[in-house]
Amino acid sequence: MTRPWLFLLLALVASLAVSRGALAQASDPDGPTADEVNRIAKKLYCPVCPNTPLDVCETQACQDWRAQIRDQLAKGWSEAQILDYFVAQYGERVLAEPERKGFTSLVWLLPALVVAVGLITATQVLRGWRGARSARASPEEQGGGRAAAQAMQVDHDVLARIEVELDRIA
Amino acid sequence: MLVEIGWIALMLAFFLASYATIASLWGGRKASSAAVFSARNATILVFPLLTISVLILVYSLLRLDFSLAYVADVSSQAMSPFLRATALWGGQQGSMLFWAWIMSGFLAALMLRNWDDDREQMPYVIGVAMLTAGFFIGLVLFISNPFARTWVVSGVDQVVRSVFAPANSQPYFPQDGGGLNPLLRHFGMIGHPPTTYLGFTGFIVPYAFAMAALITGRGGDDRWIRTTRRWALVAWAFLSIGLILGGRWAYDVLGWGGFWGWDPVENAMLLPWLTGTAFLHSVMIQERRGMLKVWNMILIILTYSLSIFGTFITRTGVIGSVHAFAKSALGPAFFLFIGLTFLGSMSLLFRRLPTLKSEHALESFVSREAAFLLQNVLFLGITFAVFWGTIFPLLSELVTGTKITVGPPYFQKVTGPLFAGLVLLAGLAPLLAWRRQGWRSFAKTVVGLVAFSLAIAAAWGYAHRQHPSSWLSLWLVTFVVLAIVYEFWKGMRARIQSRGENPFLALGRLVGRNPSRYGGYLVHVAVMMIALAFVGDSYFKQETQGTLSRGERLTIGEYNLRFDDLRAYPGSDGREIVEAVTSLYRGDQYLGELKPRRDFFVIQQQPVTVPAVYSIPDEDVYVLLVGWEEVGLQATTFKIYLNPLINWAWLGGVFLVLGVGVAVWPWGEGRRAASYRPRPAELGVSPAGGD
Repeated sequence: MTRPWLFLLLALVASLAVSRGALAQASDPDGPTADEVNRIAKKLYCPVCPNTPLDVCETQACQDWRAQIRDQLAKGWSEAQILDYFVAQYGERVLAEPERKGFTSLVWLLPALVVAVGLITATQVLRGWRGARSARASPEEQGGGRAAAQAMQVDHDVLARIEVELDRIA
Repeated sequence: MLVEIGWIALMLAFFLASYATIASLWGGRKASSAAVFSARNATILVFPLLTISVLILVYSLLRLDFSLAYVADVSSQAMSPFLRATALWGGQQGSMLFWAWIMSGFLAALMLRNWDDDREQMPYVIGVAMLTAGFFIGLVLFISNPFARTWVVSGVDQVVRSVFAPANSQPYFPQDGGGLNPLLRHFGMIGHPPTTYLGFTGFIVPYAFAMAALITGRGGDDRWIRTTRRWALVAWAFLSIGLILGGRWAYDVLGWGGFWGWDPVENAMLLPWLTGTAFLHSVMIQERRGMLKVWNMILIILTYSLSIFGTFITRTGVIGSVHAFAKSALGPAFFLFIGLTFLGSMSLLFRRLPTLKSEHALESFVSREAAFLLQNVLFLGITFAVFWGTIFPLLSELVTGTKITVGPPYFQKVTGPLFAGLVLLAGLAPLLAWRRQGWRSFAKTVVGLVAFSLAIAAAWGYAHRQHPSSWLSLWLVTFVVLAIVYEFWKGMRARIQSRGENPFLALGRLVGRNPSRYGGYLVHVAVMMIALAFVGDSYFKQETQGTLSRGERLTIGEYNLRFDDLRAYPGSDGREIVEAVTSLYRGDQYLGELKPRRDFFVIQQQPVTVPAVYSIPDEDVYVLLVGWEEVGLQATTFKIYLNPLINWAWLGGVFLVLGVGVAVWPWGEGRRAASYRPRPAELGVSPAGGD
C-alpha cells in the first residue's frame, strides 16, 4: 500500500463527509482495523470537543484525527509515537490521562496526600480520644477509686441504651 | 397579561422570602412569637406564589408564546406537548425557577410537618432557609428572568431581552422557537432533572437545622439530627435516583456505550452525594455516642455547599461540558453566594466549637465508631479527588496557561482503590459492635464469612478467568452481600429461637423494629448491585467496530450482527433519520432485529446517535450506527459494545428506593405517640453528657 493512495482515499472520505456529516470509515483488509484505531483514540481528546473522547466523537475534526491515526498506524508508528505526535501538535490537553510531570503531577499527588493526611489525622483523633478517656478517669481513680468511676460510666451508658431501646419498642 | 401575573407572583415571592428571613431572625432574637409566626406564614406562602409562576411558564411553553425569550429559546412547533412542558427545566432561566420552586415546596412542607418539633430553633431554621431561597428567587427575578421578552429597539440594530419595554422599542415575535437541545428530547427528561433538583434542594432542611442549632448554641444536642434524619434520607435518595436516571439517560442518548463518563457535570452531582453519604453514616455516631459533633457539622455544610456548587457548574457552564447547555452571567453571583455560605457557616461553627464537646471517648480501635471514622476519611478522600480532578483543568490554565484534560482514566485510577476500601468496610462495619468489639468473636465471624465468600468468588472468578484483575472486586461484592445476609439471618434466628416466630414473621418484625438499620442494609445491597455494574464496565466490557456491506457480519463475543439494509426518512420533531436494519445472532440462533439510527436535527444542525440495544439480564448488546456511504454498496460502519452486568445498575436503583422506603417508613409511630411510658430524660436523669 502506498501513501498517495491512502491520501486519495482520505480526500474522498472527507468530501463524502462534508456532504452529510456522516461517512463510512474506509476499511482495508490489510490496513489497521477500526478497533486498533479506537484503542488509541480512546486515550485522546480533540481540542474542540470537551469531555468527549476521540473514539466516540462524531464531529468532522475527530473523524479527521482518527483517519490520521489510521494513517500513522499503517506507517508502522507505535502507540507512544502517535500520542507524542498529537501532544507535540496540540499540547498536553489532548491526553485523556494527565501526565505525571511538572505542575500537572499535582493532580495525582494531592489526592494521595489528602488521603494520607486524613488517615493520620483520624488515627491521631482516635488516639486522642482514648487518651482523653484515661485522663478523665484518672482523678476519680485517685480519689474514690476505679470502681465508682466505672459504676458512673455504666450508669450513663445503661441509661443511654435504655433510651435507645425505648425508642425501638415504645 | 398572564405573563405579567407570573412575573408579579415571582416578585411577591421574593419580597415574602426576604420578609420571612428578616422577621424570623428578628423574632428569634427578640423572642417575639408574632414575628416568627408571621415569618412561618410567609414561608408557606412563597410556595403557592412560585407555583403560579411555574404554571404560567409551563402554560406559555405549551401555548408557544414566542414573545417570551425563554419560550423562543427552548420550545418549538415541532416539539410534542410533553417536551414543551419539560422544557421548563430545559434551559437556564426556567430551571432556576424550577429549582427555587422545589426548594420552596420543601420548606413549606417542613413548616407544616415539623413546626411543633422544635420551636426554639425554628426562627433560625426559617431565617437560614429563606435566605437561601430568597437568593435563588432573586437570581430568577433580577438576573435570569424566564418572563423576559425580546424587544427590538428602533434606530439601533439591537435586540434587548428584558421584562419591561426599553425606550423606543417594539416587541419581537419570532415565527418559531429554537427548541430544546436535541439531546434533551427524550423521555428521560421527565426523570433525571427533577429528581436531581429534589436531591440538591432537599439538603437545605438538614443544613438549616444544623445552622439553627449552632446559632442557638444547641449544636451539641443531637436533636437537629433526629428531626432532619428523614429529610436528609429523602434528599439523599432523590440524589441517588437522579444519578442513576442520569446514567441511564446518558446510556440511551449519548451513544458511547457507557453510563458514567466522569464528565464535570456528573462529578458535580456526585460530590454532594459522596459527602451526603458520609453524613448519613457519621450522624449515627453522634446519635449513639455523642461523638464527632464538629465533624457532622462540617459534613452537612460541605454537602449543602456542594449542592449549590453542583447547580453552579451545571447552570453557568464554567467548566466546559457536554451537559452545560446553558451559559450565563450567573457565575459571579453564584460564586459569591457559595463563598459566603461556606465561609459564613464555617465561621459560625468555629465560634460555637465549645458547645460541641464529645460526650464519650473512643474505647477501642476495633469498634464501629472507628470503622465509621475510617469510612469518613475514604469518602472525603474520594470527594477531594473528584473535586480536584474536576477543577484542575481550570486551575492549570490559570496557573501555567496550559490547558489539560483530566479524563476518566484519572478518576478510575485514583478513586478505584478508595471505593474498594469503602466496599470492604461496608462488609466489616456491620459485624463490629459499638464501643468495643471482642477480637475473638469478630475473628470467628469474619473468618467464616471470608472463607465462604472466597469459595463463591473463586467459582465466579473461574467463569471470568480471562480477567484475573476482576477477581478482587468480585470477591469484595460477594463478601459484603454475604455479611448483610448474615446480619439478617442472625436477627431472624434470635427472634425464631426466643419467640418461636415463623421465619417470615421474624423477618417482618425484625425490619419493622429497626427500620433504619435494615433499610440501610437493603441500600447497601443496592449499592453492591450498582458496584457490580461498574465491575462489568471496568473489566468485562468489549467493543468492536467494522464497516459492512449488505449481508456481511460483525462479530463480538458470541454474538454476530448482520447488516441488512440502510434507509433514510424524515422523522417527527424536525429530524431526518438514517436507520440501519440489522439482525443479531448468537451463533446461528436468530435473536431479533436491531435498528440503530442517526437522527439529524436540521434546524440545530446537530446529529444524535440513537443506539439499538438487545438486552438480557446478563448483558446488553449495544449497537451504534457510526457512518455510511451514500452511494454504491452503502458500506456502513457499526460499533458494537458488549456490556455485561450493566443491568444490575438499574435493578440496584430499584433496591435503593426500596431500602430508603423501609428506612423512612413510619413503622408504628402512632403507638409511640400514645405511649405513656416515662423516659429517663423525663425523669430528670440526664443520661448522656453527664461526664
